[in-house]
Amino acid sequence: MSDLSSINEQMRSLLARTARGRSEFEDLVVVPVFAVVVALIFGMLVMLATGVDIATIGKSFVALAKGSLGSVNALSETLTAAIPLVLAGLGLGLGFRAGLFNIGAEGQVLLGGTAAVIFGFTFHSLPFAVLMPLSLLAGAIVGGLYAAIAGALKAATGAHEVITTIMLNLISFKLLDYLLRQPYIQKEGRADPISKSVPDAAQLPRLLDWLDPNLRLHAGLFVMLAAVVLVWWILFRSKIGFAFRASGENPHAARYAGMKSGLVIVAAMGTAGALAGLAGASQVLGVLGRASPGFSADIGFDAIAVALLGRSHPLGILFAGILFGGLEAGGRQMQVDAGVSIDLIAIIQALIIVFIAAPLLVRAIFPWGFARKSKGGSEV
Amino acid sequence: MDVELRGITKRFGSVVANDGVNLTIRGGEVLGLLGENGAGKSTMMNILSGLYSPDEGEILIDGKPVVFQGPGDGIEAGIGMVHQHFMLVPVFTVAENVVLGVEPTGRLGYLDLKRARAQVDEINQLYGLHVPADTLIEDLPVGIQQRVEILKVLFRQADVLILDEPTAVLTPQEVEEFFGIVRSLKEAGKAIVFITHKLHEILEVSDRVSVMRQGRIVGEGDPKTLTEADLAEMMVGRPVSFTVDKTVAEPGRPMLEVSDLVVLRDNDEIAVDHLNMVVKSGEVVGIAGVQGNGQSALVEAITGLARAASGKIVFDGKDITHFSVRQRHSEGMAHIPEDRHKSGMVSSFTIAENMVLNSYYEKPYSKGMAIDWPTVHKTAAKYCVDFDVRTPSVFLPAGNLSGGNQQKMVVARELERQTKLVIASQPTRGLDVGSIEYIHSRLIEARDEGDGVLIVSSELDEIMGLSDRILVMFDGRIVAEFDNTGGKADRNAIGLAMAGATEGAAA
Repeated sequence: MSDLSSINEQMRSLLARTARGRSEFEDLVVVPVFAVVVALIFGMLVMLATGVDIATIGKSFVALAKGSLGSVNALSETLTAAIPLVLAGLGLGLGFRAGLFNIGAEGQVLLGGTAAVIFGFTFHSLPFAVLMPLSLLAGAIVGGLYAAIAGALKAATGAHEVITTIMLNLISFKLLDYLLRQPYIQKEGRADPISKSVPDAAQLPRLLDWLDPNLRLHAGLFVMLAAVVLVWWILFRSKIGFAFRASGENPHAARYAGMKSGLVIVAAMGTAGALAGLAGASQVLGVLGRASPGFSADIGFDAIAVALLGRSHPLGILFAGILFGGLEAGGRQMQVDAGVSIDLIAIIQALIIVFIAAPLLVRAIFPWGFARKSKGGSEV
Repeated sequence: MDVELRGITKRFGSVVANDGVNLTIRGGEVLGLLGENGAGKSTMMNILSGLYSPDEGEILIDGKPVVFQGPGDGIEAGIGMVHQHFMLVPVFTVAENVVLGVEPTGRLGYLDLKRARAQVDEINQLYGLHVPADTLIEDLPVGIQQRVEILKVLFRQADVLILDEPTAVLTPQEVEEFFGIVRSLKEAGKAIVFITHKLHEILEVSDRVSVMRQGRIVGEGDPKTLTEADLAEMMVGRPVSFTVDKTVAEPGRPMLEVSDLVVLRDNDEIAVDHLNMVVKSGEVVGIAGVQGNGQSALVEAITGLARAASGKIVFDGKDITHFSVRQRHSEGMAHIPEDRHKSGMVSSFTIAENMVLNSYYEKPYSKGMAIDWPTVHKTAAKYCVDFDVRTPSVFLPAGNLSGGNQQKMVVARELERQTKLVIASQPTRGLDVGSIEYIHSRLIEARDEGDGVLIVSSELDEIMGLSDRILVMFDGRIVAEFDNTGGKADRNAIGLAMAGATEGAAA
């Protein structure tokens, strides 16, 4: 080695971080932001087209802002709605990174939540410090196992996870109806399918009840934040996460590198399901207090949108989840103040996803938001 | 038809792909365009075919300036491009593919396939292409598929044909036939631009040669007065050695013993048929053969990607027939895969991540359940320096590297470990002379350190240059063996054995 110092110099420069590419920034930040803006504008157009007058439209957008951000109560509602969306969204995003399009979060939320309720009232004599965490854990485990069924089917037979998870969703709906009528689970003296209540010692404590007993924000917030960090660590720091991402980006290369595709699929589905189960558990232990048919209220489906909007990145999912939580909280206010149907919020959410899925469309609408591309350049 | 490019400049962001390029293309002449990967050849030809528009400069056809707005304009003006990757519909017939997009139609707009077939046959005859018009593309060998691509541009009345690395996918025999076609096109007055980085092909078929480096034309000349060494020096910018420098092999103990190995394809056809072979430590064994004779299946079985239906694989005295990919890797087997894009790397991952793609779970990269990224980054930087991977940073996506640097990255990852056996499949396919030279010397270095080295390549030159012993694979079996000490194996005999001639007995 003739010149050691020049080699050291070379290595130092190789280790110098390069600036993140402009295109990466555009993909992760600019496209989602514009997608939200365009979707809101389209939502306005939809209202116009359905004969809502301008004044009401103005009023409804004010209500949307007020209901999501305008008061302590609004913020509390936004965050409360965001918690299960972020948790389930993290699971879905992790699956997307591993190349798995898991549609089954809804079922995993339902069964995870139900498991948490059952665990909670079964061991109601345990103290809070034990019962609450274990109830959450029970939700995560059951959600994870339920998702792992789809993973195992794919690993063993190649059955596509989109199909199997949709079917598992349907099964979970009926299974929940059945379970809720079992004497052990059904609330005493009720004829309709509804579970016993979660004992106090299993509940996620309210965080702001010292301010106002009506504020619903609960300790699931910390579970959510911990999950964001954990998923980030799994994806970008751990060995299994490396295998997840490699399998998702290039399954041939992952196989060549000796990663076991079956193991990766089952592990990724299991982790995703555990997070969805945790979402269900935090919802029943923090907000609902019991399980009833359809208590998931489409969290598992909205979380798909959250994961897509967040670009399958834990931080992106956190922000996307809070945005969707805000839309939900604001949408309720909108219905009250302006009499506009909350369905409009669903339309806006759907439009956001359309624009996320069609970045070229967003580029075409906002050409000034993006670096000019040479025609036929290497990036699309 | 004559075409002239004047002062063409094309930038992609801060990268100047073409920098004031001047080039003249004349009818009835073959222009050889030579350059390393990333020298700007493809960009220039995409400008010429109308796919890109230049930032500066102009294109003149027969002296008149033209402006191309899109890919349709190039072919409209009579400039047709035959891409390296074919753009054919596998389940359509030749005639259907040729007329796709410009279908001859009857009065009511129905597809007149009969007329299409007649026109295809006419072109076939005119240039001696011999393409069966009614056969499905998927049933045709690669060499014939390429002629269909040529047919396509001729059908669209192109007078200038741009052939982008046309020989990369052909066997030696097919290359000869292909040159025949190029000559007959030339005689018919067509202008041909022949892009390649194979020097001897340029010398054999072109009338004029232009060499590109870093976006510029750095040399022009008459192939009759130039040697391969001249061209290579122009292309790389320094003298290049063609022969692989190596001493006589000193084979030691058997590193890899394959006995009676049978490997099946997905459809249960036999790919490897009761094959026997040995690779000893300290020797390079080359497997020659036309692609599709079971080489890929053999490599997959040795490296653990495919299951052995029967037979035995022994690695340094240990039966590894049922070992996983990872176990074989841990035992000291290195594998340079035949298709780096498909399986050798993850393009969106950083260079550092790719450097540990198959060893991230081992010491020193693994720290409990986590990966020790600082160590990974430092090691990756060291590998990049050691293996001359040219990149400004190890944090860039591997997909940003040029082909040669990507392959050097893969080779670095595989050879920087403690290895005992190196399996290299098409180690230099699609690379430029400089990278080939470098990778070859590294493989020989591995041999000299006592590794067994197995090279599988469809380039006979590569096999001849590197191997101490040459095995010829045909129809799933080793049909001949040649001693290549001092490069003295009989090239003709190898060629015959590759074609399946039976008398190629063990020498």
